[in-house]
Amino acid sequence: MSEAVSALAGATYDGYCKVSDAGPVGMVTLRGDLAAKGFGAAVKKATGCAVPGQGALTSAKGRRLAWMSPDELLLFCGYDEAGTLATALGAALAGQHALAVNVSDARVVLHLEGVGAREVMAKLTPADVSPEAFGPGQMRRTRLAQVAAAFHMPDAARFEIIAFRSVAAYVFELLSTAAQPGGEVGLFPAGE
Amino acid sequence: MSARLEGYGRLIDRSQRVSFQFNGKRLRGYAGDTLASALMGAGQLVLGRSFKYHRPRGAVASGGEEPNALIGLGRDGRFEPDQRATTTELFDGLEAVSQNHWPSLAFDVGELNTLAARVLPAGFYYKTFMAPRGAWVKIFEPFIRMSAGLGRVPETADADRYEYLYAHYDVVVVGGGVAGLVAARAAAAGGAKVLVLEQSAHWGGRAPVDGGEIDGLAPDNWVKTALEDLEKAPNVTLRNRAMAAGVYDHGYLLAYERVADHTPGDGRPRHRLWRIRAGRIVTATGALERPLAFAGNDVPGVMLASAMRDYLVNWGVAVGQRIVVVTNNDDAYRTALAMQAAGREVAAVLDARERVTGALPDAARAAGIDVREGHAIAEVRGHSRVKSVLAARQKGAGKAGEEIACDAVAMSGGWSPVVHLWSHCGGKLLWDDDAAMFRPDPDRAPTGADGAGFVLTAGAASGALRLDATLADAHAAGKAAAKGAGGKATRKAAPKAVCEPEAAIEPVWIMPAEAGPEKRMKMWLDYQNDVKVSDVQLAAREGYESVEHTKRYTTLGMATDQGKLSNINGLAVLSQALHKPIPETGTTTFRPPYTPISFGAIAGEARGDLFQPLRRTAMHEWHEANGAFWEPVGHWRRPYCYLRGGESHAEAVAREVSNTRENVGLLDASTLGKILVKGPDAGRFLDMMYTNMMSTLPVGKCRYGLMCSENGFLIDDGVVARVGEDEWLCHTTTGGADRIHGHMEEWLQTEWWDWKVYTANLTEQYAQIAVVGPKARQVLQAVGGMDVSKEALPFMQWKDGRLGGLPVRIYRISFSGELSYEIAVDANLGQGLWDRLREAGMGFGMMPYGTEALHVLRAEKGFIMIGDETDGTVIPQDLGLNWALSKKKDDYLGKRAQERSHMADPERWRLVGLETTDSSVLPDGAYIPAHGKNANGQQNTQGRVTSTYYSPTLGRGIAMALIHRGPERMGETVGVPVHDGTGRVVEAKIVETCFYDKEGAKQDV
Repeated sequence: MSEAVSALAGATYDGYCKVSDAGPVGMVTLRGDLAAKGFGAAVKKATGCAVPGQGALTSAKGRRLAWMSPDELLLFCGYDEAGTLATALGAALAGQHALAVNVSDARVVLHLEGVGAREVMAKLTPADVSPEAFGPGQMRRTRLAQVAAAFHMPDAARFEIIAFRSVAAYVFELLSTAAQPGGEVGLFPAGE
Repeated sequence: MSARLEGYGRLIDRSQRVSFQFNGKRLRGYAGDTLASALMGAGQLVLGRSFKYHRPRGAVASGGEEPNALIGLGRDGRFEPDQRATTTELFDGLEAVSQNHWPSLAFDVGELNTLAARVLPAGFYYKTFMAPRGAWVKIFEPFIRMSAGLGRVPETADADRYEYLYAHYDVVVVGGGVAGLVAARAAAAGGAKVLVLEQSAHWGGRAPVDGGEIDGLAPDNWVKTALEDLEKAPNVTLRNRAMAAGVYDHGYLLAYERVADHTPGDGRPRHRLWRIRAGRIVTATGALERPLAFAGNDVPGVMLASAMRDYLVNWGVAVGQRIVVVTNNDDAYRTALAMQAAGREVAAVLDARERVTGALPDAARAAGIDVREGHAIAEVRGHSRVKSVLAARQKGAGKAGEEIACDAVAMSGGWSPVVHLWSHCGGKLLWDDDAAMFRPDPDRAPTGADGAGFVLTAGAASGALRLDATLADAHAAGKAAAKGAGGKATRKAAPKAVCEPEAAIEPVWIMPAEAGPEKRMKMWLDYQNDVKVSDVQLAAREGYESVEHTKRYTTLGMATDQGKLSNINGLAVLSQALHKPIPETGTTTFRPPYTPISFGAIAGEARGDLFQPLRRTAMHEWHEANGAFWEPVGHWRRPYCYLRGGESHAEAVAREVSNTRENVGLLDASTLGKILVKGPDAGRFLDMMYTNMMSTLPVGKCRYGLMCSENGFLIDDGVVARVGEDEWLCHTTTGGADRIHGHMEEWLQTEWWDWKVYTANLTEQYAQIAVVGPKARQVLQAVGGMDVSKEALPFMQWKDGRLGGLPVRIYRISFSGELSYEIAVDANLGQGLWDRLREAGMGFGMMPYGTEALHVLRAEKGFIMIGDETDGTVIPQDLGLNWALSKKKDDYLGKRAQERSHMADPERWRLVGLETTDSSVLPDGAYIPAHGKNANGQQNTQGRVTSTYYSPTLGRGIAMALIHRGPERMGETVGVPVHDGTGRVVEAKIVETCFYDKEGAKQDV
C-alpha cells in the first residue's frame, strides 16, 4: 500500500502557525447502538479504545475513538490497519445491528500547531475554541468556512483537523491564509 | 480660518509630523490626527460638495455620525470612496480626494442645482416617474445622472485581505468611553468573560473633553487607571478600532475591526469581521448631539458644539477665530467656555430658552460672554465659509435681527442616545419629554432564549447624560449583565463622579419658531441627502403621515450616515406638521450596520481560490495537466473534454466518442455518489426508496434503479449493487450524492426510525474509473490480475480482486452501450490505478473522455440523465421507464402519487427521440409549438427538447424530447423553431429514444 497518496501529498505551510498534511491516516466509521449491551466491550476488544461520551474522544494503543453522533463513532488508527480493524469490529459486533466501514480515503487529516493555533481556528469555525470551552479529549464536528469539518486537540498546542478528501486543498488554503503572518489577533493568552 | 493652536491637542503628537495629500496638494498634520482634523488644522474647511445641490460642505461632526466630510481615500487597489474624514486616522502618505464636484472643489458647475432647488423638491423622483416617459429619458435622466452620486466606484481589484473571527463571551461591552469602562469593570468583577469594543483608536470617549471628576481624578487620568486594571484582568479583552455593527437574535453580535486602515500594506488583514456570541450585550454607545434647523445651517463653519470642542481639545484645531454659539441646552456653554479659554472670541451665545440660569451659563456670563436669552439664528450668511449670523428672537419669524460677524457657529439642539444596537433586535424606545429624547425603555428589551433581555444600555446610551448619572447607570448595567450571563453581581460600588449641574433643555425643532418658507428652504435636516425642513413639511402636506413613508419620499435618513443627525429632527418637524406628539409619529427602523462596513469584511477570506470550495477527485491534477476543459458539476470540476493539439471542443468530443465506440475510453467517474446501506431491514428500506425491487437482488449482482420523491417525481437514478447478505451499495448521480444520503437519513430518522438500517456515504472513499469500449476487456487483461471474461464477470455483476496489484471492485455496468467496466479503488490509490490503465491501454488506442462524450454516448443509447430529461415535474412513466416500476411491491415512495389522475393522464408529455430531417442539431431546451394560443394569448406548445447532441457515430443531430402523447406519434414530424434570428423552423421526425444498438448486444459481450 506504499503507493497510497493522501490528497495533500505531504503539503506544509509555515505561517505564524504551521499547517501540515498528516499523511494517510486510518479511519473507520462505526455505527451502532452505543448503549447496547456488549457494544462497549466489543469495541474495546477490537480497538483498545473505550466508547467516548458525547463530544468526547478516547485513546489507546495509538488509536483514537471519537464521538460523531448518538449512533456514530469514528476510529483513527494506522492507515494500513484500518481495513483489518473494520472487519474485526464487524466480527466483534456480529450479533448486533452495526456498520463498520473503512473511510480512510474519504477524508484528509491536517495538523495545525503553534502559538495562536486556537485563534487561527477561530477565524474559520463558529465553534468556541477558547481554552475554557475546548481542549484535548474533546471532538467537535462543525464547519471551516464553507465546508464540513471536525477537529480535536492531540495536545494543548495542536489541532488535528478532519475534512472530506475532495476539499482538502480548500481546507489547506483556508488554514494557510488564516495563519498568514500579520494576521495575529492575540485573542487567547500566549501558550494556549 | 481654521488653524492649529499651541497647548491643545491631547490626541496628537506634535513631535511626529505626518505628510499627506488632498486633491493632489501636499499637506502636513500630526500623528494622532484624523484626516478631518489635519485638513482643518491646515486651513482646509470645505471638504466636499453636497449630493443634490452641490453646496460646499465642511465637517459638521467629529465622529462616525459625520454626514458631509466624505472623501475618496487611497489609490488603485486601495482606493475606497465615501470614507468619513472624521474617522479616518491620518498616516504618512495618505492620499484623499474630495467627491461630487466638477470641475473643482472650489468651483462646481453642479452648484447651479441650488438655483433649481424649486424644481427638486421632496418626492422629485416619484413625481418624475409619473411624467411622460419621453420627458424622463430625454430630460430628467441625463440631468440626474450628471449631477447625482457620491464617490467614484473603485476600478481595480482590492489589494487587501480580510478575515472573520468567531468569538464567544459572557458579556460584550460596546463602547470604550467611561461608561463602557465602568460597565466592563463591574461585569468583570462578577466573574464574567468580557470583551470591550471601542470604535475609535482611543479610549475614554467624550469625558476627557467634557470635564468633571471621577474618583477624584480628571477623566483622562481615571481612564488610564481603569484601562490598566482591565488589561490586567485575565477575563477581559479590550479591542479598539472595533465598531459593533449589528445585534441579531441569540446574542449574535457583528463587530468591524479596522486592523490596518491606518497602516495600509503592512501585511495585516485590512479589516476583521468579528462574529460574536454574547450572553449579554451592554451598549455604552453614548449619545449624539443634534444640529439645529436654522437657515444656512450647512454653511462650512457651522458645526456641532461638541465637535468644535473635540477639534480644539483633542487635536488642537480651532475651527474659527470669532464664533457664535447657538443652543437650547447648557452643554453647548462648555464649547463657549473652552473656545474663549483658548483665546478665541465668542461673539455671543444665542440661547433659545427664555430664561437661562444654570451654572454653565453663569460661568459664561462671568467670563464676559454675551448670553442672549430667547434668541435664535435667523440666518447664516456666507457661501463657502460663515461670514456672519443674523440674531433674532426665537419666538418670531426672524424677519429682522442683528447681524453678528463671525467665522464659525457652534450649534446644539440637545442630545440623542445612540439606541441603534438596542433597537436592532427589537428593543423599544420611549420618548422622554423632559430630556427631549428617545431613550431605551428598559422594560421592553430585546429578549433572548431565556426570555430575559440580552441587551442592556449603559450611561448616555440609556439617556443618563450627566457624568454622575452615566457612571451609576453603567455600573448597574455591567453588574446586571454579569449576573444575567451566569456570573455574580459585584458588591463593589460605582465610581464617584463630580460634574456641573445642568438646567433643563427646551426642545427647538425649527429656528426661529415662525420662520417663513424662504428660510425653511435653507434649513437642512439631512445634510448628506440634502433634505430640508421644507421637504418634510411638503411631504406632510401631500398626505404622508407615516414616518417610514416620509423617509422614503423625502430620502431623509437614507444616506450612508443613515440619518444619525437628521432622524430625530426630521420626525419632530413631521410631528409638528401633522400636529401630533412626537412619540405618536415614532422613529424609523434602526438597521445594521451602525456605520458602513466594507464589502471586503463581509466577504472575509472568500475570494480568489477561496471564493468557493472546489471539489477535486484523486485524478484532478492529471486531468488539469492533460488538457482538461473543465465543466462545473456541483462543486466538482469534471473534464468536459480533453483538448489535443489545436482541436475545438466539438472536435475533441467527437474524437472521444468515436474512439470509445471503436477502441476504448477511460472516464473518471469518481464523483458519482456511493452510499452504503446495511442492516436487517436494509432490503425492505431500499424497496421503499427505489421504484424497483432491490431486496431480491442476489449478492454479487447489480440493478439500475429509480428514486422518486413522495410526490412521484423522479429525483435520482443509479446502479445498486448487493455487496453482502444485508448490505447494498447505492450509486447516485454526482449532484445527488449528498442530497440522496440526506433523503435516506430523513426517512430513517423521521418515519422508519425503528427499522434497523445504517447508511454511510462512501462517495469520497473510492476513486472510480470506467473503462469503456470494445477493447475494454483486453485493456483489463493487459493490466492483469483478474478474470474479466464474460463467464467470470457477466454484465450487471461485480467482483472484488486485485488489478495490477491494487485492491479493486469491478462493476460490469454500462452507461454507453459498450462493453464497460467501472473499477472502484481506494481514493488514495486512484491515480495509481489510472496510470496502470493508461499504460495498459496504450496499445489499444485508449483515450480519456469527458462528460460531454459521456452525454453523447448515453444519448445515442437513449439513456436518460437526471436534470436533462427530468426537471422535478417528470415521473418515470413520462420517460417510458415503466419497466423499472415494480408491480410486485405494495408500496414505494411516489407510488401513490403516480396513481393520481393528473399523473396517470394519457395527455402528458412523454419522452421520444427526434431526428431532424436535415440532420442538423436542435437547440437545447427548444419548445415545440402547437396550433393556436392559450387564454393568455401565448403560443400553445406540445413539447420541448430535453437533450440534443451531434452524434459522431451516426453523423447527424440526435435529440430527445418530451412531447404530448409522444410515443403514440411515431413517424410524425414536428417543427422546432431554432431562434437563430431568421425565423427558421426545423422539421424533426418523432422516433424511438434509442438511436444505437437497440438490441443492447454490444454491452453484453
